[in-house]
Amino acid sequence: MKEIYARVKRWAVLPAFALLLLTGGCAELTVLDPKGPVGESQKELIMFSIILMLFIVAVVFVAFTYMIVKYRDRPGRDEKDYDPNHHGNTTLEIVWTVIPLIIVTALSIPTVQTIFELEEAPEASSDKEPLVVYATSADWKWFFSYPEQGIETVNYLHIPTDRAVEFRLSSADSMASLWIPALGGQKYNMAGMENTLYLQADEEGTYQGRNSNYNGSGFAAQTFEVHAEGEEEFRDWVAEVQSEAPELTQETYDELLVPGLLEEMEFSSTHLEYVDHGTNEGRDYLIERHKDAFEEPLHLKGGRGVEDE
Amino acid sequence: MDLLNFLLEDFFVTGQPLIYGAMVSIVLVSFAIVFVLTYFKKWGWLWREWLTTVDHKKIGIMYIIAALAMLFRGGVDALMMRVQLTLPGMEFLDSQHYNEIFTTHGTIMIIFMAMPFLIGLMNYIVPLQIGARDVAFPFLNALSFWSFAFGALLFNISFVIGGSPDAGWTSYTPMAGANLNPGPAQNYYLMGLQVSGIGTLATGINFIVTILKMRAPGMHMMRMPIFTWSTLITSIIIVFAFPILTVALALMTIDRIFGSHFFTLTGEGMPMMWANLFWLWGHPEVYIVILPAFGIFSEIISTFARKQLFGYKAMVYSMVVIAALSFVVWVHHFFTMGAGGAVNSFFSITTMLIAVPTGVKIFNWLGTMYKGRIRFDTPMLWSLAFIPCFVIGGVTGVMLAMAAADYQYHNTYFLVAHFHYVLIAGTVFGCFAGLTYWYPKMFGHKLNEKIGKISFWFFVIGFNICFFPMYFLGLAGMPRRTYTIEPEWMPLNVTASIGAVLMAIGFVIFVYNIYYSFRYSKRETTGDAWDGRALEWATTTPVPFYNFATLPHIDGSEAFWRLKERGGSTYETDKLKPIHMPSDSGVPFIMMALMFVASFALVWEWITLAIVGLIGVIVCMVIRSFDYDDGFYVSVDEIKRTEEKAREGEQ
Repeated sequence: MKEIYARVKRWAVLPAFALLLLTGGCAELTVLDPKGPVGESQKELIMFSIILMLFIVAVVFVAFTYMIVKYRDRPGRDEKDYDPNHHGNTTLEIVWTVIPLIIVTALSIPTVQTIFELEEAPEASSDKEPLVVYATSADWKWFFSYPEQGIETVNYLHIPTDRAVEFRLSSADSMASLWIPALGGQKYNMAGMENTLYLQADEEGTYQGRNSNYNGSGFAAQTFEVHAEGEEEFRDWVAEVQSEAPELTQETYDELLVPGLLEEMEFSSTHLEYVDHGTNEGRDYLIERHKDAFEEPLHLKGGRGVEDE
Repeated sequence: MDLLNFLLEDFFVTGQPLIYGAMVSIVLVSFAIVFVLTYFKKWGWLWREWLTTVDHKKIGIMYIIAALAMLFRGGVDALMMRVQLTLPGMEFLDSQHYNEIFTTHGTIMIIFMAMPFLIGLMNYIVPLQIGARDVAFPFLNALSFWSFAFGALLFNISFVIGGSPDAGWTSYTPMAGANLNPGPAQNYYLMGLQVSGIGTLATGINFIVTILKMRAPGMHMMRMPIFTWSTLITSIIIVFAFPILTVALALMTIDRIFGSHFFTLTGEGMPMMWANLFWLWGHPEVYIVILPAFGIFSEIISTFARKQLFGYKAMVYSMVVIAALSFVVWVHHFFTMGAGGAVNSFFSITTMLIAVPTGVKIFNWLGTMYKGRIRFDTPMLWSLAFIPCFVIGGVTGVMLAMAAADYQYHNTYFLVAHFHYVLIAGTVFGCFAGLTYWYPKMFGHKLNEKIGKISFWFFVIGFNICFFPMYFLGLAGMPRRTYTIEPEWMPLNVTASIGAVLMAIGFVIFVYNIYYSFRYSKRETTGDAWDGRALEWATTTPVPFYNFATLPHIDGSEAFWRLKERGGSTYETDKLKPIHMPSDSGVPFIMMALMFVASFALVWEWITLAIVGLIGVIVCMVIRSFDYDDGFYVSVDEIKRTEEKAREGEQ
């Protein structure tokens, strides 16, 4: 009777877990539903590791349940299977050292492959030159400069689909991290240094991007939208910005650099003409101008973004 | 007038109703403590018995009490964060206030809760386990405790005086530097950690020497209890890792207060060097707080499965391997810094390798239960809950170690879920397990089993409800350290908050159990509350201040188990000799109080006062150097009287 009760208890745990998984399933798991080749290869790696890990979890959980049920202290237990002096088994210990080693090897190979793969532009679009976008973070906004097109946007960007985007990442002040989960993983933006991150969208749409690396009181609002659209539409948008947006003078740019939040903006020239924060010369550009502007932190309330205020 | 302005505008934190509430309660509690001490004439008692003590047992208890208080503080921080994150658009905390709270939550839980809790248990138990009369350097031990206590005090007053640090427990530069983060707040972080770090380093040295030099006759290294082994390895990690933190903190302090350029954007500083130095210490640090917990679980599982530990040698070697690997994995905290394919591959593989010795330990715990006869007392429940929960944390750790995938997990709630799964299931369960297990040894009565179990179930179920959904939040794109959530993340966040409330209830019941058991629990009559196996159970309860009247010759592992089998005792009247014990001293307390004054002055950049405080510290060192008091002897008569009284109940 007691045995049955124990079994019922064990199985009752499963629906509880299922329920939890279900609630998990309700939220959109952006990372597991990627819209481009970079995110796709990361998703494959993640799924592969999850399956292996679930196997390990299953083995341990089953062995664990077996031990605590079978060897629990209960009246009338067979004295023969109590062995207080049992203290090891070399064969077993070798087995459970070697099997994890094999699993680690199995995980390492695709990991290293993917690591090196992500250092290059995605192969899927190797017939086209990547679009170069300088993504510069400044507390707490994003500047996207398109040097080839001679335009710059603030807190949003347009990219063509089926073509790699080569982000040149840097920061004007604190360290940030450019992350567009629907397209792929992140990389840091650091002042005085330049990182390269390749991403690509295969599907048209608007994706959420953000700084994912905490950098102070405006951190949660340092987000941007990525509009992925066909080559044609992208070119139209570029032409429109080139002809209609104002120029980004150094004076305007310096003002925009003051720590705080900004609306979306666009300009028909880039700040790269006078400063590149990704170089050693550009690393203290902001500090020299706005050193005292960090005295009073932001006190954002409620939801995020300037629109809400 | 100027002074008043300074006090109201900079010195005291103003404008936050929550903080006004905290100020009022701090003042009230302080008055209450002063009143009670004065009314019951307890000032002398407090000074003689606690503030000046060098007894490792009392120091251990003080560590644990302080750690529980810090667990409360860090827990309140956590609950406030959960309230703010439950619903989108919540206006409970603004962004700045939220940032301060997650910063203090992280720092307090790691530095002022997890470490002192474990160090408290080590202090109490390790000398008993190896048959020593105290630690090797009792005076230094008191100094360690007071440096921790004053460091914690310094860090904690920041939220009412000057403002809490807000750069995260990692405090990455340049964000944490003087340019982007002016004011005293960040200095509290630097000085609080620096002052308490002195104590941790000293503790590491102290325990290495204690364990290497003060074991009972016959106790070879490979006969030591496994908790003592874990303490030894932890201490070695401390000695290698903490100097890195000390130097890094000192460099940032010099940057901030004296305007140097180690980590600044201006003047060719290297901000990213901080991240490297921080994690060169920070990764070993997480093993500093997990290995002792492993040791505790090993002791408990073996005791309650009523079997020898399975694979003792493998347990020791795996800890050694983990300790070694812990120094070559730090880059996995910033795979996204762009160090290139080769570097990331190397650190991915070293990190994944840690899973191997850890897996060995998990299977050895299961092996310990194999053919055992398992009792489910509360300490065992905590240890059993640890295994499945820690495995979940461990396998997700392996997933995070895969750099290419980590680009997607980094800085998200997936990471938050992972490290809470290892740190709570590992360290916090370990602390609760260890405290419940050794409680009868420390206080002469067990914690009530029934209340203990209720608190256990609340905490463990709450923990899983709170943190399991966070894995999915990470995959849904929720970044860590955000003060506000998007509507689509709400259902999982509501679930997490419910879990947090259950954990809080579990903690409150645990603390209530301390009070309840103090009033109503049956008093221990023997020293051996759980039918234990290691030497700490061989002494009487309460433990006499000299620990052991006589020491048996150790002829194998599980010294006490063997002693019981052959009917020996730690009170053999024919072997009694006078016992040499160290004298109490008020110097550690005074010295660290002066250090506190100096550090507080440095936080505010009052250089003169800082120098005065430091001179005071040096004067204390001089006084100590010329202190020729080398302790006293306990006479055989006194030992006899003490032992006979303590052993009345046994026969």
